[in-house]
Parts: sequence; C-alpha cells; structure tokens
Amino acid sequence: MPKKGEVSIIEKRCKGCNICATYCPKKILGLREDGKMEVKDPDNCIACDLCELRCPDYAIKVEVKENNE
Amino acid sequence: MSERVSLMQGNEASVEGALDAGVRFYAGYPITPSSEVAEDFAAKLPPLGGKFIQMEDEIASMAAIVGASLAGKKAVTATSGPGFSLKQEIIGFANMIEAPCVVINVQRAGPSTGLPTSPAQGDMMQARWGTHGDHPALAVAPSSVADTYLLTFQAVNWAERFRMPVMVMLDETIGHLREKVILPSREEMIIVNRKHPQGSPQSFQPYDIEDEDLIPPLPPYGSGYRFHTTGLYHDETGFPANRPEITKRLLDRLHDKIDRYKETLYLYDSFGLRQANQLIISYGGAARSAKAAWRIAREKGLLVGLLILKTIWPFPEEIVAQAGHDKNNIVVAEMNRGQLIGEVERIMDKRIPIRGAQRADGVLITPEQILAQLEGVN
Amino acid sequence: MELEKYFRENKLPHIWCPGCGHGTVMSSIIRGIDKAGWDPNKVVVVSGIGCSSRAPGYMDFNTLHTVHGRAIAFATGIKLANPELKVIVLTGDGDGAAIGGNHLIHACRRNIGIKVVLFNNYIYGMTSGQYSPMTPEGSLATTSPYGNIEPPFDLCELTKSANANFVARGTVYHTRPLISYMEKAFAKDGFSYVEAISQCPTYYGRRNRLKSPVEMLEWQKKNSVDIKKAADMEPEELQGKIVTGIFADREKEEYTARYDRLISEIQGGKK
Repeated sequence: MPKKGEVSIIEKRCKGCNICATYCPKKILGLREDGKMEVKDPDNCIACDLCELRCPDYAIKVEVKENNE
Repeated sequence: MSERVSLMQGNEASVEGALDAGVRFYAGYPITPSSEVAEDFAAKLPPLGGKFIQMEDEIASMAAIVGASLAGKKAVTATSGPGFSLKQEIIGFANMIEAPCVVINVQRAGPSTGLPTSPAQGDMMQARWGTHGDHPALAVAPSSVADTYLLTFQAVNWAERFRMPVMVMLDETIGHLREKVILPSREEMIIVNRKHPQGSPQSFQPYDIEDEDLIPPLPPYGSGYRFHTTGLYHDETGFPANRPEITKRLLDRLHDKIDRYKETLYLYDSFGLRQANQLIISYGGAARSAKAAWRIAREKGLLVGLLILKTIWPFPEEIVAQAGHDKNNIVVAEMNRGQLIGEVERIMDKRIPIRGAQRADGVLITPEQILAQLEGVN
Repeated sequence: MELEKYFRENKLPHIWCPGCGHGTVMSSIIRGIDKAGWDPNKVVVVSGIGCSSRAPGYMDFNTLHTVHGRAIAFATGIKLANPELKVIVLTGDGDGAAIGGNHLIHACRRNIGIKVVLFNNYIYGMTSGQYSPMTPEGSLATTSPYGNIEPPFDLCELTKSANANFVARGTVYHTRPLISYMEKAFAKDGFSYVEAISQCPTYYGRRNRLKSPVEMLEWQKKNSVDIKKAADMEPEELQGKIVTGIFADREKEEYTARYDRLISEIQGGKK
C-alpha cells in the first residue's frame, strides 16, 4: 500500500508564499483568494513531507495516516 | 588570619585581587602596558581549573568575557587605550543586557597609539561616556599596588552585585610600579556572588525584579532557566519591546540601580580636610605626587587638605562638595588636559576658584607642578 | 518530527518576509538539534545582527542576540567557560563573512566545539538590500546599482582551509540534504560550519529578476552542483554555480577538550 498523509494548515502562520503548493508532487494544495494556503485534494496526499520541510513559516503539518485496511 | 606581605607590581595585584574575588575566566589581547595582566592570568588560571584565552582581537576578548559571564563564570579582560576604544560597543551591550564583568584599563598616553609605555589618565571620561547611549558607569582608580588589589576585588564584587561592567582604571605608573604590599588575609575578604532566581524555571522572567534592589537574578546557561537576551530594548521577558514606556522603564532602572546605592559606592582617602582652606583632589598615579605635594605644603605651614578619589564613576559628588565647599582654592591634579576637573567645576559653587594641575606629555606629574597651583607656596 | 516543542510559540509568526528562506533554514536547524537529542537546557543559540540573527528569539533554548559580527566570539566565551553546553551560532553573509569574518577563521583554527550556521541570502536584508561579501558578481543591490564588481567569498573553502572539523553547504530548495548536514555538523565535537543558501525575495530577488520565492528556489535548483560532480568540472563551468555537499569531515581534538586535558596535566603535576 502507498503511504497516505493528512495535511493541515496553521492559517495564522501562513504568509501565502506558494512554495508548498508549487512543489507538491500530487498538486493537492492551492492558494485561497485571501492569500492563505488550503488543502484542495486531501485524499491524494502521499506523506512525502516536502511541504512541511520547506515551509518557511511552520504553517503546514503532515501526519502519516495509519493504514487500517 | 594573618595579613599577607609581599612585593608585587600593580598589574600583578589586579590579577591577585580578581582571583581572590572568584574570577575564573580571562580573555584578552596583548597590549602595552597591560600585558603582564594577561601573562599572569595565563599562568595562574589553569592550575585553579580556570580558563585563559588569548583572543584574535580586543573586541573578541570583550565578547568572550560577556559570554563566559552568562555561562556562570566571573570574567575579566585587560587592555589599554586603543583596546579600550575597540571594546566600547560591547561594554554598552554588557550594560544593556546586565552582564557582570570587569575591564582593567592600564592607561597610556593617547590619542591613537600615543605613547604605549608612558602613563596617562586620558580615558577617565571614556570610562563614563565611551559607548553610545545613556547608561550609568562604575569605575575605580587605584593609586597604589595594595589599592589595586583591593579595588579590583571590589570591582568584581560590584560587577556581580549590580550586574554590569566595572572598569578598573589603572595607569602605567601604578601598573608597572613594584612596591611592598600588606594585604588582608583571604578569610577577611568578603566575596559577593550574583543572585540566583528563587522561583521555578517555568515562571522565570529574566528581567523581572524579584527583590527591592532593582537587580534581576542571573542564572547561568545550563541551569534549566532558559531565557532570551538581546541588546535591543526589552521588557521583563527579555524579548524586544520598543514602546516608549518600556524603553523608559528599562533605562530608568539601569540608572536607578546605581543611583540608589551610589553613596555606599564612594571610596576615597582624605587627609587634613578640616584644618584646611585649600584642597587638592587627585586619583590614580597622579595621587602619589598629590600626596607628596600635600606633605610639602603642610611642612611649609599651609592649610591644605587632600582628597584621593578611588571611586571615579559614579562621581562622588557629595564627598567632593563636602570637602570643597569651605575652601578658597581647589586644585585638581590629573594626567590629562583636564577631565575630572570638569566634574568638580560642575558641582562646586562657582565662586570657589578651581585650578587644574595637569600633565599629558607621558611623564608622571610632579609634586612641584601641583604645589605651583596652591596659594602662598612661595 | 514534532517541531512545536522547540518553538516559542507565542513569538510566531516570525518577522521574516513571505517566502524568505530563513524560516526553512531555522526549521532544518531544529530538526538537526532534535536528531542530536540534546537537552534544551544545555543548548545555547547565539546570534549577531541581521535577519538571520533574529532566529534565536523563536527557539526555546538559551538564546543570546548580541552585536553585529561578534556572535562567534561570545560563543567562544560560553563554550570555554562551560564545555558541556552545546553552542550554536546563527549568522548571515554580512554578519559572518564581513564584520565577523575574522572570528570565523579563528574559531575554525582553534577547532572549538561551536556549530556555525550561516544563512547566505547574498544580501543585507535588515538594512534593506546592500551587497555583501557573498553577493554574486553582477548582482544589483542598493549599494551596487550598476552591478556588483566584487568577487564573492567561498566560505566553505575558507573554513576548510582554516581547520574546521566539518564543512558543508546546502540550499533551502534541497531541504533534506540541508537537514542531513545539520545533523552531521551537530554530531561533531569540533568546529562545524554549515552554509545554507537561503532566498531573500524582497531585497535580492526583486532586484535581480527573480520575481517570486518560487523563482528563487528554481534558481537554487538549477544552479546547484554536487561537490563530487564539481570536482570534474572546469573553473569556468563552475562560475556562478552553487557547489553543495560536504567539504570537510575530520576528527581532530576539540579545543575545550584539549584545554581540559591541559588543566588535568597541570593539576596532576605533569606540567
């Protein structure tokens, strides 16, 4: 089974630099109109962690989902 | 409990005084005429488990002692004019963050490279106003080798008690003077240590005043009290804050913590003040000539008093005013073009004549030069 | 890895501009500290002046924000006074390569156990965009309006020559290798130098036709050359490139350990 992740955004820290969305291999993130990042396609996260590692504002967290199947 | 008798140099005595006060860290950079201080620390600290380091420059030396102080050690550096100039920014930083440390300045003739092996007292105002911004200063000036021991010991104690840099303003005359000294036994010397916080690390705020004395406790790095320190204006938490009321509160406290105790900090010697109508005021190396001049004047039957200042900053205004208010001639003897005379003029009644006996050519001022400023000598 | 326990949460969000790479460098440092397993009470983070030097304020250790250029000298006093402390210096290309350059060289020479992380964004950001000793030739800055004519310092080569025990350079774009350099640097007893290529979109990027943080990361990606590959390249080919990787990895005796050995020799009557 491929790894699954759950992404969350800490909105008060996000400055909308768009780094996470640009480099997300599954393109599951996108900027909202108010300039904050949002998770557009939560089911497709593969928990690669790149968004969290690169986020300059500590505004994005990835948790690896337990595989219960 | 026996007193200690020995023959030593002023520079050596400063090291003895510092070590007896608990100093276990020295960082410095070679400079004449203070190098013996570094050499002596280099020999004496490691056997005591202390650390000596010769840094890459004067600024680094000042930074290193502040760092060592925050890590919990009593720390000293020594220098002379050019190095004292270089250290000023970090002396200001130490004032701002309230880091205890001691700077020994064995003064030589300046400005610039000046006369590296000749005495002067040209850095007295620099000790007060050398770094940018308003801040209080603590400085002492020894006029004998025994004084050098006692005042350096005192400087370390004050640094710890008031959490700030203290200057020991030696001059080449005293630094290189070798004379017999009689020092009190070590048991008689009372050591002061910085305060440690009473509360828990969780509730600790580094610039919160626990006691009435306006001086916050200072836990060493590694003790569990984690905190932030910055040279920016800061509030009780240690973090930057630039609101006018916070700026004012910090600056007021930095001054008040000295102002409140200043009268207990005035160290001086006085001779024949009561039966006198003239007064000589001096300090450091120049005070030795002043004392000779005073003796000669007395032998001639003149009514002259002598005030030798040991504490220079805060300037002992009340002591000087008391000694000088009923005199009709005040002579301020110093080895510069007139530095502390300005302080005397500032506080005395304008009707009292104040004269300077000054010498700034690299030669110790003579008793004759001082006598020449007294009335009725010839 | 859980970063939050190392933050002073109430100080966030930080003061850095949107897309500034410094936040990524700081989290990479924290990940390195976590890996090292140090007791936060024993960690001291020291900085000078500049954008990079604001990082310690967000990190829940013993933190000291000092004066411009002298952080390594303060850190030397701290480490020598109490060698059991883990001492990290955070500096920038102005603070560390210009005003503080001499302290860096001498800390390398002594091989004192201080870990220096230099945030290299090629510009003085805090003073709004002057060129630094690491600004590439030709770059525009407020003080090089006609293009910078000074060649930049290669501090990895410098620190390696000056006896640093560990030297590496990484980029914010290549975050995983950057974190691994932090981990390796912090595991060393001796002096470590890690240079992190960071991006300043506000003062470097905008003036130098890198219009967004992402464009700046793309520039890092495109221009980085691994040190192994660089060994086979001609100097002309390496012009303007960022050589990344580990430049030095040695095991010389650390200064404060050597010092303590001297003290026990003296106290044991051997000196």
